[in-house]
Amino acid sequence: MQIPNVAEKWSGEVIVVTIGATKEEGGTRQKVVKVGGASCIPFMDFEGNPGHKPAIAMDVLDTPPEDLPPALLEPFKDVISNPALWAKKCVEEHGADLICVKLDGIHPDKGNKSAEEAVKVVRSILQAVGVPLIIWGCDDPQRDNEVMPKISQATKGERCLLAAATQDNYKNIAANCMADGHNLVTLAPVDVNIQKQVNILVSDIGFPLDRIVMFQTTGALGYGIEYAYSIQERERLAALSGDKFLAMPVLCNVGYESWRSKEAKAPDEEAPGWGRAAERGPLWETITAATLIQSGVDILRMYHPKAVAAIKKHIDALYANGN
Amino acid sequence: MIAVAERINGMFSDVKKAIINHDPRPIQELARRQSESGASYLDVNVGTAASDQLSVMKWLVEVTQEVTDTPLSIDSQKLEVVKAGLEAAKGACLINSCKGQPEELDKYIPLALEKNASLVCLTIDKQGIPQDIDKRVEIAASIVAKAAEYGLDPTRLLIDPILFPLNVDQKQPALMLEVFRQIKYISDPPPRIIVGLSNLSQGTKERSLVNRTFLAMALAAGLDAAVMDVLDENLMNVAICADMILNKQIYSDSFLKAARRAEIKA
Repeated sequence: MQIPNVAEKWSGEVIVVTIGATKEEGGTRQKVVKVGGASCIPFMDFEGNPGHKPAIAMDVLDTPPEDLPPALLEPFKDVISNPALWAKKCVEEHGADLICVKLDGIHPDKGNKSAEEAVKVVRSILQAVGVPLIIWGCDDPQRDNEVMPKISQATKGERCLLAAATQDNYKNIAANCMADGHNLVTLAPVDVNIQKQVNILVSDIGFPLDRIVMFQTTGALGYGIEYAYSIQERERLAALSGDKFLAMPVLCNVGYESWRSKEAKAPDEEAPGWGRAAERGPLWETITAATLIQSGVDILRMYHPKAVAAIKKHIDALYANGN
Repeated sequence: MIAVAERINGMFSDVKKAIINHDPRPIQELARRQSESGASYLDVNVGTAASDQLSVMKWLVEVTQEVTDTPLSIDSQKLEVVKAGLEAAKGACLINSCKGQPEELDKYIPLALEKNASLVCLTIDKQGIPQDIDKRVEIAASIVAKAAEYGLDPTRLLIDPILFPLNVDQKQPALMLEVFRQIKYISDPPPRIIVGLSNLSQGTKERSLVNRTFLAMALAAGLDAAVMDVLDENLMNVAICADMILNKQIYSDSFLKAARRAEIKA
């Protein structure tokens, strides 16, 4: 009996976004990272091209975080006060494809640092590592509108990925990214309709669709992962069905969200029956990442080296037959 | 939905005049405006303007393609005229149309396969256009079977169950919705369904209202495509909105704009 071919035919594909610029391209990066390009459901490579492998961005904070769980602090305790060395360690020892500089320190409640200080941190990281950068504001719209334009100008030509434009606050950052040649994260918290709308709004002011990465906010395992998953899945199906305003690569904030959960961060003495904290936290982050990439994710922001190593291995295995 | 723009047709007086005067400008203006309005295909029909239909079809195709990349729907009841249009056309066309008798299908389906075209088939057999639902669905099923024999992908087969003017038979539009539903059960994946939407409102007042009300109902019943007045903005809004309500497009506050811009870029 002939077995019918049930492979889906997709009419669309995920747009390829290039992050970073080499010397020849007007930047200083040793390599660029391309994300997107899938023309099939994740890892169903008999239906189409699975696209570029999901890239791993490791988070580096501009200000030493005060409340890191011990299991997370351990691998970075020697570099936690020096973002450049922290970034270098992520790239050289743990194989980060990208560094995500999180500018927590500019937040009014977390130090209210000046734009000049933020620029200094970003410059030091650019010098310390050769991978492309994601630069993330503090999620306070007023401070981000003050600081991100300066960051954008200071990194002109590096083709960074800057975050984030929202439905209510997109003109400032989009205009700066456009002028300075950066990519842009568009953010809509767990809402596919608003995500599409933000993408339309930024493209209305002339921002090119092939320089956008979408971010739905992320739920960790046990903390709403299914909401993030189903929205991302819907976005990916829309992209593959030809919706040009939802065809951009997707980013997930796995590290931060995973390590907020008590299951990840509770120390051994508080949760003696849950397994050792040193393993439990990285595992929580690993499972969150492994689950979400099935929905169609192109950039994973991650924290712990053990989780990064496990996910890199997992991605390589998933792509072993595809490419 | 697939919107086949109807205006480049020699039955319209402005097009007829352009054909007689061999003046490409009115044709090209229509091609441009219909493309900008979101046409998926531009229908090209020689009408009754000229005796040499082959050369007029060729000319219409050529002047249209000079100003737009929108795919063409080659519209004629004569196989030779269809062939002349396909020869002149770049890219994949829609053949509009072929009757449902086996001997007709044996000519047109291989042509569609050869030219990588989609094919509109009318539910007409030797007895003419059937009056009831069952006979229309029966002819549709025989068309689908024939297409499957030849290996024509069901998504490239468009069944036209033939929509009459409302004021000829007012029972018919509601019955037609049932025909759409039943055609969708013929195969999996099902064939596509197309109608000549403007036929419905022939001879009525409020043509646009009649067209767009039926379009919304028809899309809900399974209609995929229509030969229609894409220059009617209200009608196109209904097409876009119905696709959104049927979850074929994801909602955003700017969904009308998004659909139009996606069309133009596509």
